Amino acid sequence: MKRNLRTIVVTVALALGASVLNAEDYPAKAIDYIIPYNPGGESDVTARFQEKFWSDVTGQDVVISYKPGAGGATAWSQLGGFDADGYTIMNVNFPHAILQPSIKDVGYQTEDVTPVYVFHYTPDAIVVRADSPHQTLQDVIDFAKDNPGALTFGGSGTNSANHLAAVRFGQMADVKVTYVPFGGSAPAMAAVLGGQIGAGMTYTTQGVKAGDQVRVLAIATEERLDIFPDVPTFKELGFDYVAGAYRGVTVPAGTPDDVREKLSDVIASINDIPAFQAQMQENGYVLVDVPNAEMVDWIAARKADYAPGIETLKGN
Amino acid sequence: MLDALLAALSLENLTLAFLGVLVGTIIGALPGLSATMAVAVLVPFTFTMDPSSGLIVLGAIYTGAIYGGAYSAILVNTPGTPAAIATAMDGFPMAKRGDGDLAVTISCLGSVAGGTIGALALLFLAPPLSQIALSFGPIEYFWLAIFGLSLIATLSRGATLLGLIGGAIGLLLSCVGSAVVGGDVRYTFGQTALLGGIPVIPALIGFYCVPVLIEMVIRPEAHLEQRAERMRGFRLIEALGLMWRSKVNVIRSAVVGTAVGIIPAAGGSVAGLVAYSEARRTSKTPEEFGKGAHDGVIASEASNSATVGGGFIPTLVLGIPGTPPDAIILGALLVQGIRTGPQLFTQQADIVFTFTFGLLIATLLMLPTGLIIGRYAYRLIVSIPKTALAPAIAFLTIVGSFAIEANTFHVVIMVTLGIIGWLLARVGLEASPIVLGLILGPIAEAGFVQGWLIGGAQEDRFGMFFGQPISLGIMAMTMLTLMSSGLFKRKAQKEQPS
Repeated sequence: MKRNLRTIVVTVALALGASVLNAEDYPAKAIDYIIPYNPGGESDVTARFQEKFWSDVTGQDVVISYKPGAGGATAWSQLGGFDADGYTIMNVNFPHAILQPSIKDVGYQTEDVTPVYVFHYTPDAIVVRADSPHQTLQDVIDFAKDNPGALTFGGSGTNSANHLAAVRFGQMADVKVTYVPFGGSAPAMAAVLGGQIGAGMTYTTQGVKAGDQVRVLAIATEERLDIFPDVPTFKELGFDYVAGAYRGVTVPAGTPDDVREKLSDVIASINDIPAFQAQMQENGYVLVDVPNAEMVDWIAARKADYAPGIETLKGN
Repeated sequence: MLDALLAALSLENLTLAFLGVLVGTIIGALPGLSATMAVAVLVPFTFTMDPSSGLIVLGAIYTGAIYGGAYSAILVNTPGTPAAIATAMDGFPMAKRGDGDLAVTISCLGSVAGGTIGALALLFLAPPLSQIALSFGPIEYFWLAIFGLSLIATLSRGATLLGLIGGAIGLLLSCVGSAVVGGDVRYTFGQTALLGGIPVIPALIGFYCVPVLIEMVIRPEAHLEQRAERMRGFRLIEALGLMWRSKVNVIRSAVVGTAVGIIPAAGGSVAGLVAYSEARRTSKTPEEFGKGAHDGVIASEASNSATVGGGFIPTLVLGIPGTPPDAIILGALLVQGIRTGPQLFTQQADIVFTFTFGLLIATLLMLPTGLIIGRYAYRLIVSIPKTALAPAIAFLTIVGSFAIEANTFHVVIMVTLGIIGWLLARVGLEASPIVLGLILGPIAEAGFVQGWLIGGAQEDRFGMFFGQPISLGIMAMTMLTLMSSGLFKRKAQKEQPS
């Protein structure tokens, strides 16, 4: 309702020739923010966090809508069909947007969804149910070594961040595990809590949500997080592994460079707000700042990082 | 708890609950505008509110929208939300024969009763009941979906074979797009728009509403029968009498709805169908189902409204959303700085209880709002000439299928499936089995593949599929449903004469 009303108001204003939109006063009206997943997940929640501060920074609103399907591919493959004026923006996730086109024909290429800003990541985390016999990551590795293939890792989706993490963990620790994909982080965690799955290959955020029902064994960050003071990083445990799902904001290809720059600045300004930072960190998100200017190099680095895992996924 | 009740009864919260129910009911009544969408659009407004008030307004919209779906199901044979699929099966025949007013009133009473029981379960039994959600793993989902598919035999009113063919068509349609597990791209014919599969809401509108529209245009008689005597008010006394006689059905359906609501990913459509099929199985007059049985409407509405309270149980206790609208509300909770989980009931109990009382009040407010809106909706549909009604509904179907994702492709899907649905209806293939196949197919597929993977890891696939207590229970229910349907009865009759 609200969205339609706004769209009408804005359309009428434009029709009356109220203003010619240009990068100078971008954003001069409400922006459509499309989430390529179902509501309630990490992509939605972080966009909602941004939404709360969006109008303080820009003086305009942001209107969130959802276009779920095919692990994000439904929305990303349609991005090119929107007006390249900066008023339709979309959430984009990595490694998903690199994995999917390199493994299957999903109707888009990574270059089509190049973000203008990557604003946070949810670090990979291995979690087990609180009453699990596995007390440490080493217990999990020992179990997997003794029982090849018997350890089940539940995660969100196929060819997703969780899937890649399970593959890379197997390579690093030289063990064979069975990855079981679910339709999202929440159902995967439900299976961990219900005991149907041995461990969750998921994100720190899910560890926060489940509270003391689970034990987080290791997280893929550079340093320990304040919310999990007792949980070691993979680095501490001898694995050079920092990874997770990186989330950014993208616009249709062909959007003018000055608009991309402006949008990049908006997201950067929200990332600088202490209240936003606190809310993100409390919930297990780790802020990063990759602005528009550094994006091409950042994507190239990610591609190189994911390459060995992708080869394994292709072989499956 | 008393403080929480008083807080929920504050003027502000009462007003919000009332407005929420009102807006929700209207949105739910329009085909295509679903509870999920209503909640998603209104979330930002709650950011400025006090957490419990924000939650009350979202809960009220949600519960109103689930109820609102009954109007279009009864009056136009189009479930306004998937939760109202079973309502249409008897509600529309009732309206067709001139009892639309009664159908609207009993659907309202059924929803209030079911919603109240669901909310009471949330209030008093949330932490223990949340364990139900955890006992459902991939295998249980697989068998639950099979159980749901077995209901086709019950729903297809005698023509079991045609029902099964319809179910198979639905399953085939559910295969379109990127596979739930494995990510293989199937039957998209190069259309990227089909990657996400056939969208359920446009399919629902197409299969149910388009055939009604076509019939409306090609047949001379009125859309709904109008009885000789003029408007008879709400027929509330009559409806209350029916409710009292069906009290066992009401309670059983509400319990089914609460339990199905707790199980993540199942939702109102499954609850309505299970309760409907149980009501029919235990009824003394099962032959009346599908032809306008009161108990069919009561079962569907009591159970789908009970899923609201039930769905909040795993959402608040475990942080696992029970239904899609719960997922959005969960996101709104995080933005408000509320941490879900078992500690929520101890550390932030005041918010939880104020919200639960608010939900309860909203459910009760559904009685006056629902009756009044229902009366006007019924009057509108019977009194408008078909020449105005048909284009108005046609317009709504297009708006409804477009609105979900602002996607014109969904309109194309809606119209295409609608025409196919009309053609299939002419050879006796009804919409319900097809839609059931479409909704349950992905649940069955994901459950099967996940179960296969887990069973393989444990080197005991047989035990995985056939050795779990809950699965065995669901299998037994499936057998019971199949045996009480026409599937085996007719065979038995054929054998008798010889």
